[in-house]
Amino acid sequence: MQAKKRYLILLSAGACLVLLFYLGGVQLPAASRSRHDRSRNGHRPEQPWPHFSDPLHLFLPWDQTDTEDYNLHISPRQKRDINTSVYKGKRCRMDSCFDFSLCRKNGFKVYVYPQQKGEKISESYQNILSTIEGSRFYTSDPGQACLFVLSLDTLDRDQLSPQYVHNLKTKVQNLPLWNDGRNHLIFNLYSGTWPDYTEDLGFDIGQAMLAKASISTENFRPNFDVSIPLFSKEHPRTGGERGYLKYNSIPPFRKYMLVFKGKRYLTGIGSDTRNALYHVHNAEDVVLLTTCKHGKDWQKHKDARCDKDNAEYDKYDYKEMLHNSTFCLVPRGRRLGSFRFLEALQAACVPVMLSNGWELPFSEIIDWNTAAVIGDERLLLQIPTTVRSIHQDKILSLRQQTQFLWEAYFSSVEKIVLTTLEIIQDRVLEHASRSSLMWNSHPGGLFIQRTNKTSFVCSLFQIIVLWNCDKPLPAKHRWPATSVPVIVIEGENKVMSSRFLPYEIIVTDAVLSLDEDTVLSTTEVDFAFTVWQSFPERIVGYPARSHFWDSNKERWGYTSKWTNDYSMVLTGAAIYHRYYHFLYTNYLPTSLKSMVDQLANCEDILMNFLVSAVTKLPPIKVTQKKQYKETMMGQSSRASRWADPDHFAQRQTCMNKFASWFGAMPLVHSQMRLDPVLFKDQVSILRKKYRDIERL
Amino acid sequence: MYTSGKYSSRGPALIPRMKTKHRIYYITLFSVVLLGLIATGMFQFWPHSIESTADWTLDKRSVHDAPLIRLPVSSPIPERGDLSCRMHTCFDVYRCGYNPKNRIKVYIYPLQRFVDELGVPISSTGLSREYNDLLSAISDSDFYTDDVTRACLFIPSIDVLNQNSLRIRETAQALAMLPRWDKGMNHLLFNMLPGGPPDYNTALDVPRDRALLAGGGFSTWTYRQGYDVSIPVYSPLSADVDLPERQPGPRHYFILSSQTAIHREYRAELERLKEENGEALLLLDKCSNLSQGAASARKRCYKGQVYDYPQILQESSFCVVLRGARLGQAALSDVLQAGCVPVTLADSYILPFSEVLDWKRASVVIPEEKLSEMYTILKSIPHRQVEEMQRQARWFWEAYFSSMKAIGLTTLQIINDRIYPYAARTYEQWNNPPVVKWSSVNSPLFLPLIPPRAPGFTAVVLTYDRVESLFRVITEISKVPSLAKLLVVWNNQNKSPPEETLWPKISVPLKVVRTKENKLSNRFFPYDEIETEAVLAIDDDIIMLTSDELQFGYEVWREFPDRLVGYPGRLHLWDHEMGKWKYESEWTNEVSMVLTGAAFYHKYFNYLYTYKMPGDIKNWVDAHMNCEDIAMNFLVANITGKAPIKVTPRKKFKCPECTAIDGLSLDQTHMVERSECINKFASVFGTMPLKVVEHRADPVLYKDDFPEKLKSFPNIGSL
Repeated sequence: MQAKKRYLILLSAGACLVLLFYLGGVQLPAASRSRHDRSRNGHRPEQPWPHFSDPLHLFLPWDQTDTEDYNLHISPRQKRDINTSVYKGKRCRMDSCFDFSLCRKNGFKVYVYPQQKGEKISESYQNILSTIEGSRFYTSDPGQACLFVLSLDTLDRDQLSPQYVHNLKTKVQNLPLWNDGRNHLIFNLYSGTWPDYTEDLGFDIGQAMLAKASISTENFRPNFDVSIPLFSKEHPRTGGERGYLKYNSIPPFRKYMLVFKGKRYLTGIGSDTRNALYHVHNAEDVVLLTTCKHGKDWQKHKDARCDKDNAEYDKYDYKEMLHNSTFCLVPRGRRLGSFRFLEALQAACVPVMLSNGWELPFSEIIDWNTAAVIGDERLLLQIPTTVRSIHQDKILSLRQQTQFLWEAYFSSVEKIVLTTLEIIQDRVLEHASRSSLMWNSHPGGLFIQRTNKTSFVCSLFQIIVLWNCDKPLPAKHRWPATSVPVIVIEGENKVMSSRFLPYEIIVTDAVLSLDEDTVLSTTEVDFAFTVWQSFPERIVGYPARSHFWDSNKERWGYTSKWTNDYSMVLTGAAIYHRYYHFLYTNYLPTSLKSMVDQLANCEDILMNFLVSAVTKLPPIKVTQKKQYKETMMGQSSRASRWADPDHFAQRQTCMNKFASWFGAMPLVHSQMRLDPVLFKDQVSILRKKYRDIERL
Repeated sequence: MYTSGKYSSRGPALIPRMKTKHRIYYITLFSVVLLGLIATGMFQFWPHSIESTADWTLDKRSVHDAPLIRLPVSSPIPERGDLSCRMHTCFDVYRCGYNPKNRIKVYIYPLQRFVDELGVPISSTGLSREYNDLLSAISDSDFYTDDVTRACLFIPSIDVLNQNSLRIRETAQALAMLPRWDKGMNHLLFNMLPGGPPDYNTALDVPRDRALLAGGGFSTWTYRQGYDVSIPVYSPLSADVDLPERQPGPRHYFILSSQTAIHREYRAELERLKEENGEALLLLDKCSNLSQGAASARKRCYKGQVYDYPQILQESSFCVVLRGARLGQAALSDVLQAGCVPVTLADSYILPFSEVLDWKRASVVIPEEKLSEMYTILKSIPHRQVEEMQRQARWFWEAYFSSMKAIGLTTLQIINDRIYPYAARTYEQWNNPPVVKWSSVNSPLFLPLIPPRAPGFTAVVLTYDRVESLFRVITEISKVPSLAKLLVVWNNQNKSPPEETLWPKISVPLKVVRTKENKLSNRFFPYDEIETEAVLAIDDDIIMLTSDELQFGYEVWREFPDRLVGYPGRLHLWDHEMGKWKYESEWTNEVSMVLTGAAFYHKYFNYLYTYKMPGDIKNWVDAHMNCEDIAMNFLVANITGKAPIKVTPRKKFKCPECTAIDGLSLDQTHMVERSECINKFASVFGTMPLKVVEHRADPVLYKDDFPEKLKSFPNIGSL
């Protein structure tokens, strides 16, 4: 009996246990599964912020909406004046420290103080000043100016530097137009000195704007200062090298993933980040090298790692790494910005920024997330994982964007300075400024001037005759009858460039530019127009010319011979976007335009230079009837300027003048011509749409 | 169940002296087990109802159930906001850490009611409806975590949307009492109406240490760029009024001013503008005869005439949003909702979400000083741009202004983008309306670049078993100067490629890749062996292409590296009778596709074809053994928005003697199938991406009367 009872208890206990286990076991997965299901359905397992059932007040009660009692208070005008007087110095903004009224009369004009004798000016600053003086913003009359630029060299404000200009404070104060720095722009590359490298310029800048390299977000006055890149004195004044990216390899990875080579600072100056880089270095695809070997007494401060680091440092070649790495680390050095940044950008090595608090160059307009990886110094150890997680497509696009930005805004001192001025101009003309899209996509903000594109209007819409001759206009009845309006403009100055003035009367996007002696059939024009619709950013036309480098004479040559390639299409018979009229008039400097006017020649070459500088691509030649070419070459028109024997020599000279202003040769060769699809094919001519082109 | 039954039936055998009495125990036990199982089953069946009743009780909660916290008078007050705070100085990024989703985690404090020592609440309204909406939206979002230890961002449940209803000092004390406050580090406050009379500060006056502020109405002096977030002032009308979207275009009025709290100086200025420009301007004010309240907010008057607000906003091209005592105006939201272009006159105002939104595309900003010139300035904007702005304005409202949820989640996304900048949303994602996003092309090879000639191209020959023809093709191609490498894709699994010694001897490397399956898509695989950018896809029977033609093709590709550059051209046509697309291979004046039986293209497109082809196109092509070239043409045209380039005149590309095999392409059923392909692909892509052009590329001196020997590519087009 006892045994039985014990047995029974045991059994029932066991059964209960099994039951419990079973229940619990079933319930747990069931519950978790249901939770799973629900989260997949978009519900959440628990509602953390409860749904309150009671009626809640509005945050802005209806009766409060217009009881701000604003009218009783201070006038908005007075309030503005108060702002202007309160927000000075570090709190300067365009609203409080800039006098817009100066820009209203004459537009955005920049005055450069005359250089004083005995003042030494560094090469870089000289480049900046001559860029401004050569730009379309320049005025020599301070009365017309909206912005003032000092002729005192403020680039290097490191007291230990040989370029340091002394007594700047008094010199600046004595300037007659200083006016506490109002509407002044001060360029600066280096500020502060060992050991803490503050951002103080060593003189009172008053209400002046700063265009400064390595500026920190704390000191940067948004929409007032401009952050510029740090550039070396070797940085070319104009033109500048193109980016190193020649082709887009797939997959986009290069030999190294991430590289850096630079100094490490032992005395506590500069960032700790560089001291910690060795943690991430793996000598395979992540190569981060530092050296202690710089300065006179590095041996004194050297630490345990120095010898090892130095040895590793010497093993790699910087240039080789730069060109063969997908990402380049740009860590803070003594100052926030470093030369590494522009070097990486040009080399199409995507910069990985490790410089907390650096207001990146031209941050006001450039979306740096599209061309760089912005890291956080505090998360150094995560950097390799982060860059590895970046998708191939993203790398491809980051890399191309580095090249676009480099060529659009950084490749020369001129571009850096013009970008700075254009940014300020955009602030002044706020309602007509460029959108971020224009700044961040090809061809970039410098080529997008203030104008408004209009829509396509098909084919021949109107004819504009530019009467550029001293003879009076022919009588009305002598004009041929046409189905489209003919508008005759009598050129005011009878000069060459008036061909490219942005006449408001041109309402279509496509402009067909013709010389008066050009004979083209409608079929040819029709075909050229359809081609242009596929390439609206290029010049599409008939007579092609070529340039070449004459190595004997060390200069560019111009040829009109029949060759297997071409780089220009003459505007005597070409279609292009009317926007180029605008750009021709507003972007090019007066010096080039007046040269063209004086020679009465080369305007077509200049247009080709301009368009190729914008597009980085060759023009497009379309096929033509032979007869036209003969008219052109045979100088059938007696008065034609082509007959002039000096004509050709002039064009040679023009080429070299233009190339030197553009800083590089923008023209690009092409080996192809576009023909109608069935051109000269062995098929009935009746099947061909553009059959007239083939007929002689 | 069944086994346990068997076990119990075996019980008596094991215990022979078992009595009936004990058997009852067993039966009871058995039934208990059975009942338990049934109960479990029931539980499993209705778990949702059980849980949802729990939810329901949760829903019933009232604000008044929230715990009451009494603030001691001496309770610490946070410091005033530090103007120099930036993400790298005042924000603890370690709390966010690295996570593969690149998403911050946000914690919301449970609701508490704070009162001072006398029991007076710190806020006259308590939790507002809007703040409640905001918090529940966040708690429903992916950002939310209920685990305070894993959170990167903390949001207090203390409502500070409207400073007017707050007791500044006590609110600050309440903030400091939050358990994780820690000098406000990683805390986010939402405020829409900052400041108060008489001087109306442009940021919340509540001292808040290092907390981030999402504020409406920041000025450039209080806004900490890259740290604070400028948010809109929510308009309560957004939820109440349904304004259908209107097509952009000219409106009855040119400029409309509908705000009620306009300073008299500015109103006088507007009156003057009205006098000068008459009907083009409509100047409304509040209706004097209506009582205050919700109803009066919906009406506006001009000289006794009553207009419905905000409906009237839709009748104007531009709507004035003038500053009041505060810079941020709820009217901005109404104006955007109506698709009216806001003309903002508020000097130093930081527009909402300006960190990511490009306001230049949706609004006009005019300095207050230039109010009198407003008409002239607006008139100078071309119509097309105005329409663009109207569309953009409406889209901004829909995406970022329309609800507290939109405002809250946008704010969190902006902060998220700062913490994971490499995974940030792009300018296009933020600013392009959905219509533009779908229709715009974003070429992955967007840089205008003419690659150097030197690297040459890799020829990829797809072959099955036509060895003789293949060898002829190889010999022909090897004469092309820019050929860098030859890759033979051996698509026959049953037969091995010929021995190495049998292959033609050529001067460039020749590689044979054997495939696992006979698929057409093998031709477009991005093989590691392809080291050049340029790929020449060529069939094993295209033997008639001359070296000049191929070299010229490569030169043309260099000028158009983002396009397909090929020899035989084809066209798609709309068949009006059948109401669908048709494939055309006749002598046409137009081209929209080039066949990849002989075409140059960028290796990137191999990668796209293999990994990014939309829908089931890739499988479909492999299953039907056809149309891989059409698919490639669709893919490239869709992503670049550009037409292919056909080079050189039309000619016979295959060997003259194999016309019998050539019959394949001419076969009627084959053509029908290719038409089918076009229709199928157009439906998968959701559009017809192919572009038609009327040109082809020839050498500059092609057919010109010029000595042949001086031409770079003399041997072109010969049959």
